[in-house]
Amino acid sequence: MEDFASESDSDYTSYWRDWFISSRGNEYFCEIDEDYLTDRFNLTGLNTEVQYYQYALDLVTDVFDLDCDDEMRETIEKSARHLYGLVHARYIVTTRGLAKMLDKYKKADFGKCPRVMCHSHPLLPMGLSDIPNLKPVKLYCARCEDIYNPKSSRHAAIDGAYFGTSFHNIIFQVYPALIPAKSTERYVPRVYGFKVHAAAALVRWQSAKRDDMRRRLRKLDVDTGFRGDDGVEDDEEGDVEFEGVDGGRMIAGADGNIR
Amino acid sequence: MSSSSGVPESWISSFCSLIGHEYFAEVSEEFIEDDFNLTGLQTQVAMYKEALEVGMILDVEPEDDEEEEEEEEEDEDQSALGDALTARERRHHSRMASDLSVIESSAEMLYGLIHQRFICSRAGIQQMSEKYELGHFGACPRTNCEQARTLPVGLSDIPGEDTVKLFCPSCLDVYVPPNSRFQTVDGAFFGRTFGALFLLTFPDYDLTRRGSEVLSGTLSRISGNEPTLNGFFEKNIAPNLGTGHIYEPKIYGFRVSERARSGPRMQWLRERPSNIRDLDEARLYAEQNPDSEEDDESMNVNGRVVVRRRGPGSARLRQRQTQNGSPMALSANGAESEL
Repeated sequence: MEDFASESDSDYTSYWRDWFISSRGNEYFCEIDEDYLTDRFNLTGLNTEVQYYQYALDLVTDVFDLDCDDEMRETIEKSARHLYGLVHARYIVTTRGLAKMLDKYKKADFGKCPRVMCHSHPLLPMGLSDIPNLKPVKLYCARCEDIYNPKSSRHAAIDGAYFGTSFHNIIFQVYPALIPAKSTERYVPRVYGFKVHAAAALVRWQSAKRDDMRRRLRKLDVDTGFRGDDGVEDDEEGDVEFEGVDGGRMIAGADGNIR
Repeated sequence: MSSSSGVPESWISSFCSLIGHEYFAEVSEEFIEDDFNLTGLQTQVAMYKEALEVGMILDVEPEDDEEEEEEEEEDEDQSALGDALTARERRHHSRMASDLSVIESSAEMLYGLIHQRFICSRAGIQQMSEKYELGHFGACPRTNCEQARTLPVGLSDIPGEDTVKLFCPSCLDVYVPPNSRFQTVDGAFFGRTFGALFLLTFPDYDLTRRGSEVLSGTLSRISGNEPTLNGFFEKNIAPNLGTGHIYEPKIYGFRVSERARSGPRMQWLRERPSNIRDLDEARLYAEQNPDSEEDDESMNVNGRVVVRRRGPGSARLRQRQTQNGSPMALSANGAESEL
């Protein structure tokens, strides 16, 4: 950490930010433009949120030149990271920020959905609160529209407010073409091929809910988002046994014919 | 393989202590020695007999250790020296060095397939429940499941099709294990049945308890007085689904409308009736059809309701419904024809 302090004021590069986004555990962050950081309007209100605000900002923008002891430096360093995170939450909903996060999303930098039926769909980071120090970052899957805990404890410690509650929804409003097709594919618990009644009853109830929604949306002429949804309710699950019975009958029938 | 120094570790326990094999239970020798339990595996596993007996799973005839070491050493230069050596080898040993690795992988396959059966047996599922209690299978990655403990399952009973997955009883969904080391473990070694069978075998695990509450032990079981539904305790039916456990997308505090192109479409997957009794299909049917008692005509009148209760009404299903339909309708037809 200390070694770059002397270099940073000599050269006007994004040294601190480069270091920050490339350090381990900070893979979810994108680099905030110099222009964005130096526009005071974008930082409105953050001076009350961040300790040693001015020093922290200087550090982030690589113009920090205060002579201080290690303890002070560490405090300022911490403030700088906090400040960067808070600005980050604002930056990623701008056009430039969205584009940068979109790149990372496409590279699956935020990981892939752990849900088996989502087939490794890339995730997006999100916060459950816009107020810092309340909830750690979570990961949103646009395919199943649910949120998951990051795998690594390094990421699980990042403040969710550094990404905010809106970003992952805004990105799909700005880039509607990216909305993944929804799927009715799901897991049905079975014992020796037979569904378990309690779970199966819930699945039936949920499927009825889903079909209600699709009917409702179709009536309003809204895209339901389900693949192959052209007015016919497709049904991928729920009748496997019937197929089995069918097959059984066909074989029996064939046998009968031969005899 | 067991070494000559100290207490020789059995093949099974050394297999189960390998990295990535943390989900496996140790199949008892008693279970393996009962031929009935191995029915049909002979045709599924190459070198079945060798894998099962000679120096492998059961350690029946321990080979001379020196000989085996020799074999392993010779493994490398075997291809270079070619046939002459192979012929000599064959004279010396019943098996060639290259066979050893084949047998070893056969043994792993065989053990996995026995394991799939074992964990559905009384002894096996008991052992798995101990592992479950100790949290060996990890927790559900879904935020709203609040670290509910999961169970290892396969999506197929046939080996080589898919890797092991984690089934979460709190949301009834399956997830990819977080650690990549499990991505080499075959799902068939756990099988499709174990997850659901576990819940049916141990219905009194309180699935709403988390973390320290579970470890204290006393609170992790449901007392017998709780109401039940469809064969489960009501509170144990997907406890982490439903209102309060569904993610609601918001932008600057405003909910995203369902009517938006990017609006929510998948919430049904995480829904659960606020009144769980809505899942009591038999009772609902009786209420909606008070005088029906298998009356064919009322089936048609209330066709829509029936279709909905039977789940997503595909055209095919609906057609079947009107023809001979549900088991109930079938029995109605039967009764009618008898009259």
